[in-house]
Amino acid sequence: MTRKLVTFLPAALFALCAAGAVGAEDIGDAEAGAKVFKKCAACHQVGIGAVDKVGPHLNGVFGSAAGGHEGYRYSKSMVSAGEDGLVWTAETLDAFLEKPKSVVPKTRMSFRGLKKPEDRANLLAYLRTFSDNPADIPEAEPTAVGTDHDLDPAILALEGDPDYGEYLASECLTCHQSDGTSDGIPSITLWETEDFVVAMHAYKRKIRPHPVMQMLAGRLNDEEIAALAAYFKTLEE
Amino acid sequence: MSINRRMFLGTSAAAAAVLAAPMVKADGHGKPRVVVVGGGAGGATAARYIAKDSKGEIDVTLIEPSRMYYTCFFSNLYLGGFKEIEDIGHSYGTLASGGVNVVHDWAIGVDRDAKTVALAGGGSVAYDKLILSPGIDFVEGAVEGWDLSAQNAMPHAYKAGSQSELLKAQLMAMPEGGTFAMVAPPNPYRCPPGPYERVSMVAHFLKNNNPTAKIIVADPKPKFSKMALFQEGWADNYDGMVDWIGSDFGGDKVSVDPNAMTVTIDGEVTKVDVCNVIPAMKAGRIAELAGVTDGNWAPVNAIDMSTKADPDVYVLGDASQQGDMPKSGYSANSQAKVCANAVRGALTGSKVFPAKFSNTCWSLIDTNNGVKVGATYEATDEKIAKVDGFISATGESAELRKATYEESEGWYTGITSDMFG
Repeated sequence: MTRKLVTFLPAALFALCAAGAVGAEDIGDAEAGAKVFKKCAACHQVGIGAVDKVGPHLNGVFGSAAGGHEGYRYSKSMVSAGEDGLVWTAETLDAFLEKPKSVVPKTRMSFRGLKKPEDRANLLAYLRTFSDNPADIPEAEPTAVGTDHDLDPAILALEGDPDYGEYLASECLTCHQSDGTSDGIPSITLWETEDFVVAMHAYKRKIRPHPVMQMLAGRLNDEEIAALAAYFKTLEE
Repeated sequence: MSINRRMFLGTSAAAAAVLAAPMVKADGHGKPRVVVVGGGAGGATAARYIAKDSKGEIDVTLIEPSRMYYTCFFSNLYLGGFKEIEDIGHSYGTLASGGVNVVHDWAIGVDRDAKTVALAGGGSVAYDKLILSPGIDFVEGAVEGWDLSAQNAMPHAYKAGSQSELLKAQLMAMPEGGTFAMVAPPNPYRCPPGPYERVSMVAHFLKNNNPTAKIIVADPKPKFSKMALFQEGWADNYDGMVDWIGSDFGGDKVSVDPNAMTVTIDGEVTKVDVCNVIPAMKAGRIAELAGVTDGNWAPVNAIDMSTKADPDVYVLGDASQQGDMPKSGYSANSQAKVCANAVRGALTGSKVFPAKFSNTCWSLIDTNNGVKVGATYEATDEKIAKVDGFISATGESAELRKATYEESEGWYTGITSDMFG
C-alpha cells in the first residue's frame, strides 16, 4: 500500500506537469477561488478563527506535511502519505483536488474533485492567501493578496505617521530588500495599504504562520502598523 | 503599550532637552559632524542611515582600515563549501556614493575633550558625535599557549577574510583520518551559534572529502546556543565524527602548543592536524583607547546606544555591553538604526522614535538544513531587555529546514544591502 503510493505519486505529478499543471506563473484568481471554496466550506474552515470541523482547518496548508496538522484525526491513508513525504504544495494540492483518491487512496474526504484546472488554480490562489511560507510560495504576490479578515474598520481607518513608519521600516529592511528583490524572503514593496495592515495584524494575531514575522508584528501596536503602511504608501507615489 | 508610551515621552523629552541646549553646529564650523569607526554591520549601517536620512545636513565620516569587508556571518558557509570567499566580500564604494566620507585608515586614539579621532596615517578628524563599532579583539592569555603570533599555526578565523581562507586551506590539507580541533570561547562572545555552525560546516566538508577524520571541541561552557538542534544535527548527519567536550568533562581545562600542534584537554595531550582557537573576546581596542570600556566591554544606555562614560560617544554591536541581545551582525544592524535615529535627532532636531531592537541568527547544519533563533528587545532604564523570542524545534521537516536555509540566504542579501546600500 505504502509502496504503491510512493511510486504512484511521482507518476501522477509527472503527468500533471506534462499537462501544464499549476505553475508559479499561472496562479489563479483568489477572489474567484473564494467562490470555489464554498464547495469545501461544508467541511473545512479557513481564515481568522478557523477551527477543525468534519475536515481540518486549512490555514497554513501550503508547505505542511499531509496529515500533519496536530489535533485532527486523519485517515490512516493520509497519515502514511505524510510519512512517505507528501507535502502540500501547489502541485500536490492540484493533483489532490482534481481527484483526491488518486493521491491519497483511502482519504476520508468524500469529494469527487474539481475537474476544471482554472477552478483548482483559483481555489489554490485563495488558499495560498492563508499560507505564508516563502519556500512553498515561490513568488511574492500571493503573500501580498488581502485576506478575509474581521479587523475593526477603525484599525483600517487609522492614519499612520509616515516619518515614524520610515523609522520602523528600517527593521523590515534587515531582511526584505527595498528594491523589491525577493529570494528566500518575499518582497514587501508596493503593497496596497489595506493588504499590508491586514497581513501585519494576521501575523500579530498568529494567524499567518511565520515565527520571525509573528514576533516582529506581535509587538507593533495599531498606530505603528498604520505608520508602516503609510510609509510604504509614500514609496509608491 | 504603557512602556512604549513612557519611552516615547522619555525620548521626546530628551530630544527637547537637546533642542533647548545650544545647537552643536553653531560652534564655529558648518554642518554637524558624525564620525563612525568600524565599517561592519553596526558602523556601515549607522553611517549609511545618518547620511541617507539627514539628506546632506550632517557630515558623515567612516573610518575603516579594510578596503574590502568580509562578513563574519556566512564565513562558516565558506568553510563548508557553500559560498566562495568573493560571495562574502563587500567594498565601500556604494557607501561613498551614498554621501559617506570613507577613510581607509586605523583610528588609533580618541581625545574626548577636543572631540577628535587620531588616525594612524597622521592627522585627526573632528566630531560632534562619535560612533564606535569596532567589533572584537581577543583577551590576551585567554588560551594557555596561544597568542596572536600563533594565529597562523592555529587560526581563530573569528574575523573573516584572510583568517577564514587560512583555516579553509588547512582544512583542505588535512591528512586522511586526521583530527580537527576547536577551542571554543567562553561567554560572552561574537555570534553565539558561530562555533557550532562552524563545527557543522567542517563536518560537512570532511564527510565529503575526508570521511574518517575527527573533530574535537574543547568548550569552557557546559552548554551552548541551539545546543539541542546542533547535537541532533551532528548525530543525524555526522554520526561519530564530532566529539564535544564541555566544561563538565574538562573542556574548560585546555592549553595548546602551536609548535608541536598539540591540544591538552584536562591533562590529556592530543596531536592534531588543524587547531582553530577561538579565544575569549573583548571590545575592539579603540573602545578601550577612547576610555569608554568597563572591563572587557563598553557599557551603553539602551535608549540610544550612547556610552555610560560619554553622551557624545556611542558604541554599537559586539563591543557594547547593552543587556540581553546576543553579539551578532543582525543585532549590530538593529542597534545602528536606533542609534542613527537618536544621533540625527540630537544634531538636527529630527523626530526621535522609541528604540526597538530585534535579532535573528540563522545557522546551517548540513545541506538545506537551516535552523534559527530570534528575539525582540526593548530599552529599559537598566539595559536592552528581551521581550519575546522563538527557536527552531528539533525534528522539523526537511522542507521547513530547507525553507529556513533559503530564508537565511535572503536575509544575507537583505542585510548586506541594508549595510552598504
